[in-house]
Amino acid sequence: MGTASDIKLIDENGLRIDGRSPTELRPLKIETDVLERADGSAFIEWGGNKILVAVYGPREAYPKHTQDIEKAVVKARYNMSAFSVDERKRPGPDRRSVEISKVISEALSAAVMVEQFPRAQIDVFIEVLQADAGTRIAGLTASSVALAAAGIPMRDMVVGCAAGKVDGKIVLDLGKEEDNFGQADLPMGILAKSGKIVLMQMDGDMSQEEFEQATALIMDATKRIYEIQREALAGKYRALALERSGE
Amino acid sequence: MKQIVMPGDEIDSSIGKPRNGVYKCGDQLYCSQYFGIVQKSEQFVDIVPFSGPYFPRRGDKVIGKIIEVGPSMWTVDINSPYYTLLHMNDTPWRTNAGSIKKFLSTGDYVYAKVMTVNEIKESWITLKDVGLRKLEGGHIASIQAPKVPRIIGKGGSMVNMIKDATETRIVVGQNGLIWVDGEPENVMAAIEAIKVVEREAHTTGLTDRMQKYLEEIKGGKNGNSV
Repeated sequence: MGTASDIKLIDENGLRIDGRSPTELRPLKIETDVLERADGSAFIEWGGNKILVAVYGPREAYPKHTQDIEKAVVKARYNMSAFSVDERKRPGPDRRSVEISKVISEALSAAVMVEQFPRAQIDVFIEVLQADAGTRIAGLTASSVALAAAGIPMRDMVVGCAAGKVDGKIVLDLGKEEDNFGQADLPMGILAKSGKIVLMQMDGDMSQEEFEQATALIMDATKRIYEIQREALAGKYRALALERSGE
Repeated sequence: MKQIVMPGDEIDSSIGKPRNGVYKCGDQLYCSQYFGIVQKSEQFVDIVPFSGPYFPRRGDKVIGKIIEVGPSMWTVDINSPYYTLLHMNDTPWRTNAGSIKKFLSTGDYVYAKVMTVNEIKESWITLKDVGLRKLEGGHIASIQAPKVPRIIGKGGSMVNMIKDATETRIVVGQNGLIWVDGEPENVMAAIEAIKVVEREAHTTGLTDRMQKYLEEIKGGKNGNSV
């Protein structure tokens, strides 16, 4: 972010470096139940991001001092593999991943009906296998699918999406170059049905009008992402039900 | 075809009174808590999740595994987020504190009833009722707890069908653990049949299909024995 460069990120036709229009998302694919042992799991491919999410629980919270007598605690752990980025990332939690784990935990706690499981914890493991800008919102989007697949009661689905400012223009879903050389990045997590914001961070700066424009772009895009989430979850059940009723 | 819903989806309350798996998401408005299917009964609408944890409710008959023996209590795993407790006075045996291990030791399975559950989801089970006992021998299969009603079927029709066809003894716990006893190959066949029901629980006309499936198994068995 903010690194000055001569790279032209938006060409004279208004297209971006990867050929997308300002309001276009990168290709997005979600798959559920990819892990046998987990209670719920999801795999998301969003642009160049490849992220695996596993959900375990609710189960009794350990260490015991983390238990809350009134509600469950959602413990998300965001972890980047050493090979997920160009230069080897030193393994283990660092300042960045601790922060991301925290904001994702809080975003998910807003959707999960934590009050139904006192003293319990819900573990969400987010493993970034390949990173390409926007991993936190991709991880969040996949986490909410994995939670639903695990049968955990939720008020709503959480959808993540980012927008940013590149070459002075507001664009949706930043790619890697845009993230590195753009002027602002605004990741958001939204409850799909109610439109409530559960995660919002910003890097760089925008004017108020630009911020509103970016928010509008994100709100619109989350509807599309939500449909992909729904299809990822319901697709195979519907296919089996149709196949059987057709017999 | 049954309607598939996601968390947050509005439930059409004109078809019945919303009951399980929903929450109030507005004035006179009910939304789903789960990713599951909409199930209509006489006057109610329920959301049945495709998977999920089991929560003990008073009166449920469950299958549990003893994981720890204390001086006067057993700690029992009932396939739920929380362990449950079985006190020696809630068993049909004459027990003495300190020597309860000879009745049940770790790894044993019991078929028990949930006696009480409190606000923080601590629960106690009892063996003092008809049919409740220690489960000796047999195999334990595990399915998703929300699919148990489908395995049992209307008035036990589905499980009885499987029992008859595979010549096994089956005990189904509300918590998704199922005890199957009989000849090894029959047990395998019964568990396979249970898995089919679990996988296709959300489809229609399952009972008829299972009948056909089980008749084939039965036919195959007779063919071999002749």
